[in-house]
Amino acid sequence: MTTTTSRAPQPAAARRPATTRRRPFNARRAGAWTLLALAIAVSVLPFLWVFRTALSTNGALATQSASLLPADFTVGAFMRVFGLQSPADAVAEGGSGAAIDFWLYLRNSIIFSSITTAGAVFFSAMAAYAFARLRWKGRNAVFSLFLGTMLVPPIFTALPNFLLIKNLDLLNTMLGMVLPYVFMTPFAIFFLRQFFLNMSREVEEAAMLDGAKHLRIFFQIVLPNAAAPIATLALLTFIGQWNEYFWPLLVGSQDDVRVLQVGLGVFKSQSPQGAPDWSGLMAATLVSALPVLILFAAFGKKIVNSIGFSGIK
Amino acid sequence: MTTLTKNPAARSDQRPARSGRIRPCGLRRYGDLKIALFFIAPAMIGFVLFYVVPTLRGIYLSFTEYNILGDPEWVGLDNYAAIAKDPLFWNSLAVTGQYVLMNIALQTTLALGLALLMDRVAKSTLVRGALLLPYLMSNVIAALLWFWMLDYQIGIVNQFIEWAGLPRVAFFGSEEWAIPTQALINTWRHMGYTALLIFAGLQAVPQHLYEVAKLDGASPFQTFRKITMPLLRPVLVLVLVVTVIGSFQVFDTVAVTTQGGPVNATRVIQYYIYQRAFTESDFGYGSAIAVILFLILALVAFIQMKFLKGNESDLD
Repeated sequence: MTTTTSRAPQPAAARRPATTRRRPFNARRAGAWTLLALAIAVSVLPFLWVFRTALSTNGALATQSASLLPADFTVGAFMRVFGLQSPADAVAEGGSGAAIDFWLYLRNSIIFSSITTAGAVFFSAMAAYAFARLRWKGRNAVFSLFLGTMLVPPIFTALPNFLLIKNLDLLNTMLGMVLPYVFMTPFAIFFLRQFFLNMSREVEEAAMLDGAKHLRIFFQIVLPNAAAPIATLALLTFIGQWNEYFWPLLVGSQDDVRVLQVGLGVFKSQSPQGAPDWSGLMAATLVSALPVLILFAAFGKKIVNSIGFSGIK
Repeated sequence: MTTLTKNPAARSDQRPARSGRIRPCGLRRYGDLKIALFFIAPAMIGFVLFYVVPTLRGIYLSFTEYNILGDPEWVGLDNYAAIAKDPLFWNSLAVTGQYVLMNIALQTTLALGLALLMDRVAKSTLVRGALLLPYLMSNVIAALLWFWMLDYQIGIVNQFIEWAGLPRVAFFGSEEWAIPTQALINTWRHMGYTALLIFAGLQAVPQHLYEVAKLDGASPFQTFRKITMPLLRPVLVLVLVVTVIGSFQVFDTVAVTTQGGPVNATRVIQYYIYQRAFTESDFGYGSAIAVILFLILALVAFIQMKFLKGNESDLD
């Protein structure tokens, strides 16, 4: 939704010179650090708590609700999530005993996120090229229209889109789920257009003189030169799609196309009467977050530095 | 939304003057139309099919009675008249309004504070990464995580509250706490992200201004008020507009935790649309509420841009 900067690692035009001198200790800095540490703790510690919960048994969670270590350590919850436990054992450990096919949801999530990301990034790159590097009548008007779509609330288009998918007989199919995203996202076009605008024209013009066609320029010059922003965009799009809930909830409510986020909601509502299966739910939550956590561990810098502003004077 | 940087290269290209026949400049200026159409075709298909058509169809549906089985039946303004008399609609508007106000107040102040702290003492990617972590989680995950931590019986937060000698809080089960709890969950998820946006804006404040202020003996507070705030305004306005528009559409966390309850305490507007359209199969009515939401958002964005002068900066 927001705009991004092209200049990693720091978007700042005026970056302050790093002081190598150790600053003397002072109370104000210590106070600032304390507050910052608090914010970091609030952001990160819940994940550790979820992890600890997932490795506990439900019975022990109730009695030792504040122990920092897993209460009565077990991997039973993960076994339950992946369907490696017999229903009887699951019920004995406080699970619902209902079959939840997390492997299937995991697969669906991967397919859904990968297809939409690949399509949206590639087609948006094509469109961004037309908006940034080609000259044609009405270019800016059309681009403004595309940007305007960012302002339409998703719920507003979700209803008619649901009806369209229904009319096409594509409810509960992977195709129906990916269609609205696979052609473009306004954000992706906006994001890449910014980069394409700032690319130097020289290489392109040299190629032009050689008589290279636009297609070749796009594939051989523009795309390779924009590999870094395209990778960043792909990361952001993938994470966004992985976390998508509303549309898959409407269109993919059946098991064979259900994605993890929707499956989590089902898992929660399946708890038998009485106490919820907390450890199972937290294990499932962790499994659903894992791919994003892995991506963040691998490409954290890219993701963090993509968040900023450009185009604001 | 934002002013886009003009690309010098995009202006009229200066090709070497050709001798001989002068072509009408229009042809040369717009010579790429054919190839542009090719490049834009896939995105255009998606744009028309899934953005333009549904927008128009949504407006049309709001004037119809439609339960998916038959054909939509034109009823004029009936849906809107019914909405005006619908206590559940007014309740959802009030509840959403409460949520938006709480969310904005919490999120923006915390994010601004964090951004200033980072600017002051820690600019490392590690710090920013740690703060960004919640934002990378889905709403569903954020909701479930807090659903567990805020549990009345054995949630860790209520343990702390008890140790502090206070009575336990039914975060999801009591009408007075339900909406603040939703706001807290979403604040937790977005706080770091918003802080990073504001932080990026802070980096753009020219350093020499701070040095001048220091020489003039300005206090940190004066510097903040006279330099930081005015220069940060466009960024803050943008953050506010985005946050307000996002908050109005709260849905996921409600759907996962309270489903609109207890009683009607968390039946926010998007959840109400969802229920009317998808559980009661009343697509005309749902679309009409969606149109109203759309209008509210457009109005809010317009007012914010106009009165906060978000598109002007004092940097010049």
